[in-house]
Amino acid sequence: MAKVRGTIVVDIEKCKGCEICVGACPTSVISMSTEVNAKGYQYAYLNDPDGCTGCTNCAIVCPDGVITVYRAKVK
Amino acid sequence: MADQILNKELIKPENLVYKKTKILNDNVMHYCPGCGHGTAHRLIAEVIEEMDIQSDVIGIAPVGCSVLMYNYFNIDMQEASHGRAPAVATGVKRLWPDKTVFTYQGDGDLAAIGTAETIHACNRGENITIFFINNGIYGMTGGQMAPTTLEGMKSSTTPYGRNIAMMGNPLKITELVAQLPGTCYVTRQAVHTPSSVRKTKKAIRKALEYQKKNIGTSFIEVVSNCNSGWKMPPVQANEWMEENMFPFFQLGDIKVPEED
Ligand code: SF4
Ligand code: SF4
Repeated sequence: MAKVRGTIVVDIEKCKGCEICVGACPTSVISMSTEVNAKGYQYAYLNDPDGCTGCTNCAIVCPDGVITVYRAKVK
Repeated sequence: MADQILNKELIKPENLVYKKTKILNDNVMHYCPGCGHGTAHRLIAEVIEEMDIQSDVIGIAPVGCSVLMYNYFNIDMQEASHGRAPAVATGVKRLWPDKTVFTYQGDGDLAAIGTAETIHACNRGENITIFFINNGIYGMTGGQMAPTTLEGMKSSTTPYGRNIAMMGNPLKITELVAQLPGTCYVTRQAVHTPSSVRKTKKAIRKALEYQKKNIGTSFIEVVSNCNSGWKMPPVQANEWMEENMFPFFQLGDIKVPEED
């Protein structure tokens, strides 16, 4: 059966670590890093390759517009 | 590993479903982490892109946290002095009636020093769109009480909370402008959740489309957070906003044009 899978690409250096995207994800697959970026912010990342559906929720709430989303049907 | 991108095989142009609009440039916004200004900027930019009006839109920037907003938009913009954005927009729109003209103002700019300009532009029914970002506080200058500060709300000048007897009532200027015959569309929205973002984007699109019909001023309030001014982490500030701001500043359409 065809399944929808997605992924996100976070522009790590521009993420401000606000965590708004974390709560917006319906499948709870975004976590915050333990490392920090050059500005000192912990940044968002996808923690589960199977959980993202590419719904774009995280990207549309990100105040800094740093999330790009891809989605495809896979067998 | 946090810096490892998962599902790399999906990253192809044909699978792209969301990317920041090119109407915004790549400058890093100066706003605090989690601030709704960034989201509001992006939604306006996305609607400009979708309506294909990049070369026909003129924005008027305010004084306040968003004073530097012209650094982020790839459109024509003009800075106004404090509170005067609707007056500047009036002049711009009257000179270029075919352009889409908007102001973007915070609550200190629009509802305090700019109250006269706001009310008279709306009362004249200028064919402009006003975006009003209300976070209940003076953000840029250090979190002082604004006209929109809630009863009991703490700010740097109301450390024990706003006392109505001493400091007066919080102002619902959006309900006020809705009373004026010059406004055609008045709505209050938010940008803190995916569903509120989608609703706000629809409202922005409607407002700019009404402007093309020359039926009066369209006015969108966005109730937003000020994490730094409220002294809370962003996610907690959004929860506080839902619990405290929304009961007073209720979301939804306040005035819609009669269907033509
Ligand atoms: S696209 Fe949707 S499912 Fe994927 S990480 Fe973002 S919010 Fe979660
Ligand atoms: S919403 Fe954007 S800026 Fe905030 S943590 Fe997520 S990716 Fe980073």
